[in-house]
Amino acid sequence: MATAFETGEASALLRRELAGEFPDARGRFGPYGGRYVPETLVPALDRLADGVKRWLRDPAFVAEVDAQLANWVGRPTPLSPAPALSARWGAEVFLKREDLAHTGAHKINNAIGQALLAKRLGARRIVAETGAGQHGVATAAACARLGLPCTVYMGAVDCERQAPNVGRMKLLGATVVPVTGGDQTLRAAIDEALRDWVSDPNGTYYLIGSAIGPHPYPYMVRELQSVIGRESRAQMIRQAGGLPNAVFACVGGGSNSIGMFHPFIGDRDVQLIGVEAGGRGPALGDNSATLTLGRPGVLQGCYSMLLQDENGQIQETHSVSAGLDYPGVAPEHALLLSAGRVSYEYATDDEALESLAECCEAEGILAAIESAHAFTGARKWAAGNKGAKLLICLSGRGDKDMPTLQRTLLKGKL
Amino acid sequence: MANVSTGPGHATIGAAIRAAAARGEPALVAFMTAGFPERARFTADLARVASVADVVEIGVPFTDPMADGMTIQRASHAALVQGVSLRWILESLAAMAPRPTAPLLLMSYLNPLLAYGLDRLPAAAREAGVAGFIVPDLPYEECEELRAALAAEGVALVQMVTPVTPPERLEMLCREAQGFIYAVTMTGTTGKAVDVPDEVIAYLERVRALAPIPVCAGFGIRGREQVARLRGHVDGVIVGSALVEVLERGDDPVAFLRGLRPSG
Repeated sequence: MATAFETGEASALLRRELAGEFPDARGRFGPYGGRYVPETLVPALDRLADGVKRWLRDPAFVAEVDAQLANWVGRPTPLSPAPALSARWGAEVFLKREDLAHTGAHKINNAIGQALLAKRLGARRIVAETGAGQHGVATAAACARLGLPCTVYMGAVDCERQAPNVGRMKLLGATVVPVTGGDQTLRAAIDEALRDWVSDPNGTYYLIGSAIGPHPYPYMVRELQSVIGRESRAQMIRQAGGLPNAVFACVGGGSNSIGMFHPFIGDRDVQLIGVEAGGRGPALGDNSATLTLGRPGVLQGCYSMLLQDENGQIQETHSVSAGLDYPGVAPEHALLLSAGRVSYEYATDDEALESLAECCEAEGILAAIESAHAFTGARKWAAGNKGAKLLICLSGRGDKDMPTLQRTLLKGKL
Repeated sequence: MANVSTGPGHATIGAAIRAAAARGEPALVAFMTAGFPERARFTADLARVASVADVVEIGVPFTDPMADGMTIQRASHAALVQGVSLRWILESLAAMAPRPTAPLLLMSYLNPLLAYGLDRLPAAAREAGVAGFIVPDLPYEECEELRAALAAEGVALVQMVTPVTPPERLEMLCREAQGFIYAVTMTGTTGKAVDVPDEVIAYLERVRALAPIPVCAGFGIRGREQVARLRGHVDGVIVGSALVEVLERGDDPVAFLRGLRPSG
């Protein structure tokens, strides 16, 4: 379990990543990933890995997923030029509009794909966790569409700050269980979803919402989200006259970012920049900037970067955006950091809120606070790269954030 | 993979369980969360528990105990709030006098072990009198590094099996097992009462038929009736959440554990 990489090791890792060797047979992305779960879940994960191998690239299954993406999700999502932001920042800015996907975020790409797989694998019910509520809403919608019973675990703190999404999940027929244990946010919701799954590993399918957890989840979620990057790449060539100089995406668990980045990894001239939640600042407990400030360890099924103390206890995190408020991260991001292919930085709560306001005013788009972190990264980068072509993953819309925005940007203005 | 089936930790644990079985009753494996309910009382509580139990599992608290039910989650959290850490547990055990005669196992999720350092952990564990480890989020396929490191100091790594473990895998796990085989009685988290239906007995018998070492049943064992029902089908029973609740209430763990024994 190496923690530091010599330059030679970094380039060897990158070579193997580009050759498509990860995850390897043991579910590892270099040193990261793996399968750290109770013995009870091992047979269920074996079955899932077999199912992923059998179906994920099966032409009939792919056609089924693509049909749902086209006719129900509304893909391809547009690539919007952002003329006003371009003028302000002195760059050519393009937005990948995942906010226009059904249910309002990229989460639906993964939810419908996994729900279709669960159905093929004979699942009787679906459980999911949710932070911002976007994955919960997407899963509830996918389950309604396919006629599967659905239970969503959501931290009690998140239920409050993302109240509109709790109502949406209930309307979509899901049972929403507020989690009062642990930190009462996304991490506690995942613990509780895992406990539910451990209780019925044969009949229940755990539909995880990010590229985290035990193998094969990080791989499967990356594959299902890579539609973002594939579409973006083709749209940039067609609409913008070529590939971008830099691509930005926010990183919490890391699903929209891995989906956006992965198809660009082989394009050596395209810089890839992940923006984490810097919260109130760099002190432990004040942020969720796992890749920037964390150390390797094992949480919730995989070996990756974590925010933890010297005793290996997982730290409580903070972010104004519930969707980024998580102390772990996709093992493939940990690999891309080690391999030097993607750079990671963070935007603070205040910076993200400023970016959200700027995008609203300049482009007429209310982005999710999560996505606004990527805008902060892009704005800063543009300042030193005038005239460059930028692609930002606008991973979701901000309607769900109104309770938080009332308390922050709109405070005293109504 | 290094095999320490003959290592000292492995042998001590097996001998303690067999000694109880020789008395005609299942060995009593007692679980307590270190430093719960009170950090200052840890070694005193341990001494009392170990005076009755044949083997003691000491829980290392973790922020995300995904295999545990409400009781052990609560105990873990309370211990962490009081500053209990793996380092403190090992230091407290090393300084304990007299040391318990019952073999001690540490039950810990993997991350606290990684943070302590797999290079330093095995020797520190041996010096603290720890005979083995149980790591609930470390399946066999991922255990090689820890197992080999512990083996170098003669410390065992106990493997779990479950009712949903397929037959070939069950055979493999039993063949590779050290110390005792931890047979989880149900799918689910710790602490929920189970009534030990016939299919659970049949499953335990299957495990026992395959196992070259003692088999102990755990998860959901809370009372004397369950222990009596398991008698003759397993070599030991593991009592966790129920004992943690006794300690939490301030009741006498000695009386509780004695009461579990059919002869008690």
